[in-house]
Order: sequence, then structure tokens, then C-alpha cells
Amino acid sequence: MISAQLPALQVVVPLLAAPLCLVLHRPFAAWLLTFVVSGISLLVSVALLGQILEQGVIDYAFGGWAAPFGIAYHIDFANAYVLLIVTAISTVVSIFAKRSVASEIEAHSQGLFYTAWLLCLTGLLGITITGDAFNLFVFLEISSLSSYVLIAMGNDRKALTAAYQYLIMGTIGATFILIGIGLLYMLTGTLNMLDMAQRLITVADSRTARTGFAFLTVGLGLKIALFPLHLWLPNAYAYAPSAVSAFLAATATKVAVYVLLRFMFSVFGIDFALGAMPLSTMLVVLGSVAVLSASTVAIFQHNLKRMLAYSSIAQIGYLVLGVSLATPAGLTATLLHLFNHALMKGALFLALGCIAWRLGSVRLGDLGGLGYRMPWTMGVFVIGGLSLIGLPLTAGFISKWYLVLAAVERGWWPVVLIIIAGSLLAVIYVWRVIETAYLGKTKEAVSGTEAPLSMLVPAWLLAIANLYFGMHTELSAGIASQAAMVLFGGQP
Amino acid sequence: MNVAGLYNYWIVILLMMTGFYVVISSGNLVKKIIGLNLFQASVFILYISMGKVMNGAVPILREGVTTYSNPLPHVLILTAIVVGVATTALGLALVVRIREAYGSVEEDDIHRQDESL
Repeated sequence: MISAQLPALQVVVPLLAAPLCLVLHRPFAAWLLTFVVSGISLLVSVALLGQILEQGVIDYAFGGWAAPFGIAYHIDFANAYVLLIVTAISTVVSIFAKRSVASEIEAHSQGLFYTAWLLCLTGLLGITITGDAFNLFVFLEISSLSSYVLIAMGNDRKALTAAYQYLIMGTIGATFILIGIGLLYMLTGTLNMLDMAQRLITVADSRTARTGFAFLTVGLGLKIALFPLHLWLPNAYAYAPSAVSAFLAATATKVAVYVLLRFMFSVFGIDFALGAMPLSTMLVVLGSVAVLSASTVAIFQHNLKRMLAYSSIAQIGYLVLGVSLATPAGLTATLLHLFNHALMKGALFLALGCIAWRLGSVRLGDLGGLGYRMPWTMGVFVIGGLSLIGLPLTAGFISKWYLVLAAVERGWWPVVLIIIAGSLLAVIYVWRVIETAYLGKTKEAVSGTEAPLSMLVPAWLLAIANLYFGMHTELSAGIASQAAMVLFGGQP
Repeated sequence: MNVAGLYNYWIVILLMMTGFYVVISSGNLVKKIIGLNLFQASVFILYISMGKVMNGAVPILREGVTTYSNPLPHVLILTAIVVGVATTALGLALVVRIREAYGSVEEDDIHRQDESL
């Protein structure tokens, strides 16, 4: 009985918990609710993935209205996989959030903070699970509006301008997506993505379809923070509360990448998206520039959260390079990197959260000798950093390996060189931190030791996951390749 | 090309570009939000226009009427209008907070204050 309602529960549980959180208001109660609801969502997404493994796809019609008329949720390997990433990260980071948020946000607004958190989770899950194009836009705005609020809660006043900038650019992006969906609706007369895909086949060669595709791609490019459209991201991640940086860095852009893939492969079809339109060439160029330029800029950052934010833009470049290859192997690499990047950036931002909790600063200059005073925290940072570089036995190696193999398969040697160059640049910016923390001079005025266990445990969970998925790839790479097959073959 | 028949769409494009230009060119944070509003309003008109069916009646079931206009885009855009209002409210709330923190709503001014730190 309940197993048939899982797709609805995935979105409805956090959505209903959000106002409850507002009513509870007390920081501890609100936190507990957020944690429990994230945990429930994680269980639901695991159960959904189990069902997908058994039966392939799940179609869920809301309110019993059949697919083209009512809102339908369509779940296959690709979105079950992304749901798992989002819920797992939300659960792990919400454990961390309790102490971190208590130190960064005033007690009377913590209830509001967790309300926004749950709404953001609702939005991200809704975007991923829905099979209806307009429903997707609504969830996109739910997640965006709540993430503007979350970012603005950072305790530096620059958080406000960062949130404002993100609001302007995010709204332009969302409006572009709305225009794209509108043009597609004009052309096909349906909002259901499966239906749209079938009707588009006959009318794809029209100016409306091409314009709609262009609007959708540019709008999603803004949400993904694809290079030249990434300007909102560094400040947003740098000045948001630590827990929010970790949560958003590991989930928000990933979900947007998923939406781009869904529209490119499932709605428009690969022949149109990467054949008839010159998107493949554009993505190769933009992805390469993103990898090289953002990695280079990251080297010169003194604020480490900002450094990681630039590194995130570079990682988006890798994701896009995988898509541009237009092969199942390339898409597998992208989906795998989606998962692994969530793990490594989650771990790194949590480590920085621990440092911010102890030192009240994440500037490189304040980190001298920290490796000896906070060995466990820096341990997480080192593992996350190695994974980011892509050293063997870490998760980052696996996804870069797949990406390099996919590029070699297509014979795109310059892309292989760019991936390797990006990794070398990553070595430099990770090494700067490790050098300062282990070889730098300790500032005498600063005292204190490790972060509390409730912050270290989630950070280590992600660090261990980085190592685990670096050695056991059956789960991550297995599901990623299944998901790539589903996207490539259109809908089964 | 049927220029006059595409009247609505010319308005859409005009509004959209005006709004977009204001967002990009204005240094005043409140004006940017107003530009954003114009930009969104143009999309509302795009959706509302597409609901009209040639010779279609008001979409209320009546006897003797066979062709109705499509009510769905109007319902959709109602949702988008709500989203737009929420975005504007949030944007203006942020501007109020920015003014409290910086004492200004001019982008250049705020930028200069951040640089001087």
C-alpha cells in the first residue's frame, strides 16, 4: 500500500514538514524535525531505487488523473539516482548543521533557517522526480527562493549582496526556462515530458523548437553555473552559512545538470540536442574554459570557501565535457562525477565548516599549523582534497578515469589533456592548504582543538564514502551506467 | 510576414528587452527588481497570448459553442505570477537588509565599501 505512494511521499513529507518547522520555532525541535525528515526522505529514495531495480520505471499519476492531463511523476534510473544523492547529502549535512548553525545564526531565526532548508529540499526533490515540465519550473522556483534565503542568512554582510546577485541571475535563468517551456507547450500542446518528446519528433525542425531549446539551455546554464554564467556562484557559496555551502554545493547544481540532461536526452532527443543543434561544440569549448580558468582562479583565492566555489565551477566543466562527448561512456562519466563530486565537495565544505566553527575564519592565512591542532578535521580536508585532485583509491579518480576513457574512445585527445591539466591545477590549490596547515607557523593567539563530534562524524562519513566509492564502484558506476543507458535510449 | 497579427508578440519582445536592459544597466538595486518584474511580465503576456484559439469562445461550457480558447496557459501563468510576486518580495526584503548593512542601494557604492575593507 505505502510502497505505491512512495513517489508522492518523497516530495510531500518535506513540504509538510516545512510549515511545521516554522510553528515549532525552537532551534532544537526544528533541527530534529529537519534531520528526521531528511532521514525519512533518504529511506524513501532508497526504497524507490529498490523498486526501480525490480521493475525499471515507476509512473505515478497525482490524484489519479492519467498522465497527459494530470501531473505525472516518472521515475527511472536517472532521477532515482539523483534523488539518492540529494537526500543522502541533506541527511548527512543536517547532522552537521546543528552545532554549525547554532554558532553562525541567531537563535530566533534558526527555526526559519530550517524551514527554508526543508523547502529547498522539497524543491530539489520535486525538480528531480517530476515528469511534468511546468511542475518542474514551480519546484525550481521553490528551491531557488529558499536557497536565496539560506544564503542571505550568512553572518557576513556580503552574504546579502551575494544572495541578491543570485536572486537576479537565478530569476533571469528561471524566466528563460519558463519561456522555453512555454514555447514547447505552444508547439506540442502538452506539458508531460514523455508526451512532449513524442510530439516533438514531428515538429522538431521548426524555429519554435530551436528557440525553445536555446532558452532552456541558457536558463539551465545559469542555474548550473556553466562558465560565462557562473558569476553568482563564488560569492553565494563563500558567504553562505557553512552548512548551506555544503548542502547547495553538493546538490543544487547537480539537480540543474540533471534537468539539462533530461531535456537534452529525454525530451528533445540526442539527435536534435547534440546533432541538429551545435551544442556539442559549445559545451566542449565552455567546459574546457571552465575547467582551466576556474581552476586557475581558485589558486589565487585566500578565502577557502571561495576557492572551493571556483573549484565547483571547474567541476561543472568536467560534467559538461562528459555530456559533450555524446556517447554513453561520456554520459556515464558525467553521472558518476555528479555523485562523486557531491561526496568530495560535501566533505571539503564540512571540513571548512569545522574550521569556521573553531577559528571563526576560513582564510588561508589563519590556518597555520592547524593540521596538528585539528588533525581529524584536516584529515577530512586531505581526503576530500585528494579526491578532488583525482588520486587513485579515491572517488574522484574513478570519475576522471571514466571521463578520460570516454574522451579517448572518441579520440578527443585535447579534452584528455585538459582534464589532466585541470587535475594538476587542483594539485596546486589543494596543496596550498595542506602546506599551510601542516608546515605553516601556528598563530600563538589562537587556541582550541577539535570540532565537536556532531560535526566531525558527518564530515568523516563523507570522507570515508570518498574512499569507499574509490575502491568499490559497483554501486556508483553501476547505477550511473544504467542511468546513462536510460537517458540514451530515450524512455524505455 | 504578418506583422500586425503578431501584435502581442511584439509587445512581449519589447517588454522583455526593456526589462532585461533595466536589470543589466541600472546600478540601483530597487530599479533592478523593477526591471526584473517587467521581464517576467512579458512572459506572462506570452503565455496569455498563446491561450487564445482562433474564433474560440470564453472557456466556459455552453450550449451551441464548439470551439473554446485554451484556459490552461492562464492557469499556468497564475502560478508563475505568484512566483513572481514572491521573488519581488524576497528581492525587496534583501534590498532593505542591504540598505541597513551598507546604508546604500547603489551598486557602485556597495562595491566600493566592500573593496575598501
